[in-house]
Amino acid sequence: MAQNNIDNIKDHAELFHQDEYQELFQAKKEFEGGHASEEVQRIAEWTKTWEYREKNFAREALTVNPAKACQPLGAILAAVGFEGTLPFVHGSQGCVAYFRSHFTRHFKEPFSAVSSSMTEDAAVFGGLNNMIDGLATSYNLYKPKMIAVCTTCMAEVIGDDLQAFIKTSKEKGSVPEEFPVPFAHTPSFVGSHITGYDNMMKGILTNLTAGKKTETKNGKINFIPGFETYIGNLREIKRIANLMGVDYTLLADNSEYLDSPNTGEYNMYPGGTPLDVAADSINAEATIAFQAYSTTKTREYIQKDWQQPTYVTRPVGIRGTDEFLMKLSALTGKPIPKELEEERGRAVDALTDSQAWLHGKRVSMYGDPDLVIGLVQFLLEVGAEPIHIVVTNSNDVFETELRALLDSSPFGQNAVIYGGKDLWHMRSLLFTEPVDFFIGNSYGKYLWRDTHTPIVRIGYPIFDRHHLHRYATYGYSGTINLLNWIVNTILDELDRNTIVPAKTDISYDLIR
Amino acid sequence: MTPPESATLEETTAVNQALSVADTKELIKEVLEVYPDKAKKKREKHLNVYEAGKSDCGVKSNIKSVPGSMTTRGCAYAGSKGVVWGPIKDMIHISHGPVGCGYYSWSGRRNYYIGTTGIDTFGTMQFTSDFQERDIVFGGDKKLAQLITELEELFPLNRGVSIQSECPIGLIGDDIEAVAKKSAKEIGKTVVPVRCEGFRGVSQSLGHHIANDAVRDWVFPQYDKAKKEGNVPEGTPYDVAIIGDYNIGGDAWSSRILLEEIGLRVVAQWSGDGTLHEMINTPSVKLNLVHCYRSMNYISRHMEEAYGIPWLEYNFFGPTKIAESLREIAAKFDATIQQKAEEVIAKYEAQTQAVIEKYRPRLEGKTVALMVGGLRPRHVVPAFYDLGMKLIGTGYEFGHNDDYKRTTHYVENGTLIYDDVSAYEFEEFVKQLKPDLIASGIKEKYVFQKMALPFRQMHSWDYSGPYHGYDGFAIFARDMDLALNSPTWSLIGAPWKQAEATA
Repeated sequence: MAQNNIDNIKDHAELFHQDEYQELFQAKKEFEGGHASEEVQRIAEWTKTWEYREKNFAREALTVNPAKACQPLGAILAAVGFEGTLPFVHGSQGCVAYFRSHFTRHFKEPFSAVSSSMTEDAAVFGGLNNMIDGLATSYNLYKPKMIAVCTTCMAEVIGDDLQAFIKTSKEKGSVPEEFPVPFAHTPSFVGSHITGYDNMMKGILTNLTAGKKTETKNGKINFIPGFETYIGNLREIKRIANLMGVDYTLLADNSEYLDSPNTGEYNMYPGGTPLDVAADSINAEATIAFQAYSTTKTREYIQKDWQQPTYVTRPVGIRGTDEFLMKLSALTGKPIPKELEEERGRAVDALTDSQAWLHGKRVSMYGDPDLVIGLVQFLLEVGAEPIHIVVTNSNDVFETELRALLDSSPFGQNAVIYGGKDLWHMRSLLFTEPVDFFIGNSYGKYLWRDTHTPIVRIGYPIFDRHHLHRYATYGYSGTINLLNWIVNTILDELDRNTIVPAKTDISYDLIR
Repeated sequence: MTPPESATLEETTAVNQALSVADTKELIKEVLEVYPDKAKKKREKHLNVYEAGKSDCGVKSNIKSVPGSMTTRGCAYAGSKGVVWGPIKDMIHISHGPVGCGYYSWSGRRNYYIGTTGIDTFGTMQFTSDFQERDIVFGGDKKLAQLITELEELFPLNRGVSIQSECPIGLIGDDIEAVAKKSAKEIGKTVVPVRCEGFRGVSQSLGHHIANDAVRDWVFPQYDKAKKEGNVPEGTPYDVAIIGDYNIGGDAWSSRILLEEIGLRVVAQWSGDGTLHEMINTPSVKLNLVHCYRSMNYISRHMEEAYGIPWLEYNFFGPTKIAESLREIAAKFDATIQQKAEEVIAKYEAQTQAVIEKYRPRLEGKTVALMVGGLRPRHVVPAFYDLGMKLIGTGYEFGHNDDYKRTTHYVENGTLIYDDVSAYEFEEFVKQLKPDLIASGIKEKYVFQKMALPFRQMHSWDYSGPYHGYDGFAIFARDMDLALNSPTWSLIGAPWKQAEATA
């Protein structure tokens, strides 16, 4: 019997290693019609070759293990940063179940969103009735202060017109006339989740700020985080702004929503940027976005329609944070306080402490464009060498920007940017041109298993490690977090590789 | 299990279940108050209280979800790719359409399998045609055909391909069946087109049905052909198939081991850790053993009609039902098997006793509210009973009337029944009924944990498992205990706040 010790009940991680199950697996093969193990081995080896890599890179129609999601995921992340806001996704209902599960698995927090649950009849006649009923029901049930509407590809393919539908729904009394229902068309066959974030943010700001422009500025700085999944980053930005005495508006602040205290009472809409505060963002002095490629249209809109200057700074690493602080200081006239200068000193001190373990290390990475630029900023500062950079949701402007950054450092010379490629391409890269470690989200664990390249988990989603999303990667304190994750991964790996007694443990050192 | 007489039951459960049938009905009414009229009329048919002796639960089911209600349901694609086809490990399942569907369902269900991923098995990978605007405008058939050619070159050991349609495919008029036929010839392998676009039907349930039909139409003809040509391997009188076990956390294995121990020969596993070869050979079995009736009753009925194979639903949750099921299964075979079934039940007696002795005292009398999919809203109930726990509410995400009829054999008088429950309703019911444990899905988990309520995911076993079979029951008991008796729950609420409240 496999559970032969009541004080040590074995779940899957151990149960199936036992003899009776190993025998079961062996016996099952008789029925499977599988390939001979030599053949499996032969193909497995072949996939590690340059020949395979060339075939792999020659594919045009097939995508395998992409590092991108679709628009509405980003749209609803933008929406929940606003006070009392319920995301409403118009189209098929399965999408919403997927989005909610995805965010919930990453943040380990509730995530509320509704669907208009369109089915075959809506595919034929359009989803207007679903919108009318859906708005009425969600308004009554969940008592939001705002409902932010985006679309699934189904609604986009049949051409549903959100503006007209929302207008009609209001006329039919689904929600009060003055109730804010911003919207964004978010077709999943255009761009990726970062595009959806951009579209929804622009949609919400357009709605909330309509008619709110005043003669005078409000003296504030707007911050737009972009598709941000590190709650610590939002808190770090707020902390820095408070330390500097800068009056700011975070567009939008989903840090409470995605990391709410457990008080024993469930609150569906914790925190969020108040709607009137968001509405007044049109009167700010300037807007700073911390990501460029998830805010492109939003910044364009702010510049054109609000006549407000916009800037992009990525406060990652020492110089990235320097740049942000100096920009903020220049815009507001507030000096950078000593406390931050000391933090900078401590972070630099930490980097110099660890630099020997990072210098010249070959690094691969994949992720969203802005995440990757931030990581490269940091890696170049510590003398690590980016090698393979895979960005599935890439674009030309981004690649030019990243190339310029890489070219600015002797440590960036060997990097190749693989725009539009996926993690199966990355697998070939890691086999043919190995690196010391790579940076990616949880899906990278399959690359770790196959290529034995150590993984540092940074990105979205992170499903298989707990609490990393609570930390900051921004600011000087975030720099220490990045350093900690990276250098200690390298040291863990070194221990793993030197742990065999009398064989490799010569280098199993106590002091490093 | 026969439901006990209603009068005695109300007394015995009075401690844990504060509400009578009438009170619970009143609660349903109150909860419905907030809905707009049209939605209220729809929703009131889905909520009821089970009354002992009735032949069903008194709720309507398998009806469109109310827009805006925050249903937990998924879609047909989720039912086909995510549930039925995805676990077939040696085939490549293409998420055909935009990138999202395949991304969100990538490795989401732990359909365990043995194999070298990316070489001879492909379960935890995401293959997609990643539709762009031009594919929507000009159609995706050419891309699909090219994609299958590329798959074959890069993954030569695949045994076949399935095309899992996402919403746009059916809306733009692509002919994936034609592509499938042509590509099958080209690569000399099975290529299965599945019309599981997400807007079809009212939940993932239709996706199961469509996926079942695709097996019938695109896989079984290969059995028929082989049979005609005399190429079907000779079976034994003890050949069975496990149908509708997706091997979450290894469930199918901890079930299979028992079936093999009683002397049966499991020639196919559908679909957790299953292969195309197993699927093709299934019509040769003597009996289909159905775990998840909801998702695979269609193909079981088809095999009964077309091949004369009887099928039997079994329940391997908890020792009471396991023993009952093993005896029922054995009864379909000869005395040798029946004898072995008794031996197996006896063999695990000590293991089970140890589990119950350790955990029952820690769980006795605790109440649970369930809300899951498939068969679990009823099938796991006896495992809770085995641990001395009580069920106060249950419901299905996407059940049908036949599920609710079957449920009557599992629940007691006064149990609250909710079909396709909305987030709002579930929260309100829980606030009123105050179960000790909620057993539901990931979207619900943190809502209730924020309410300081112990929770276990009953779709994914909260990354634990297996829960099936005798080995699984030990893990189930351990997990319910660690959820209910965790010291972390007592940390919720700052002590000075509590002091202020009582002052």
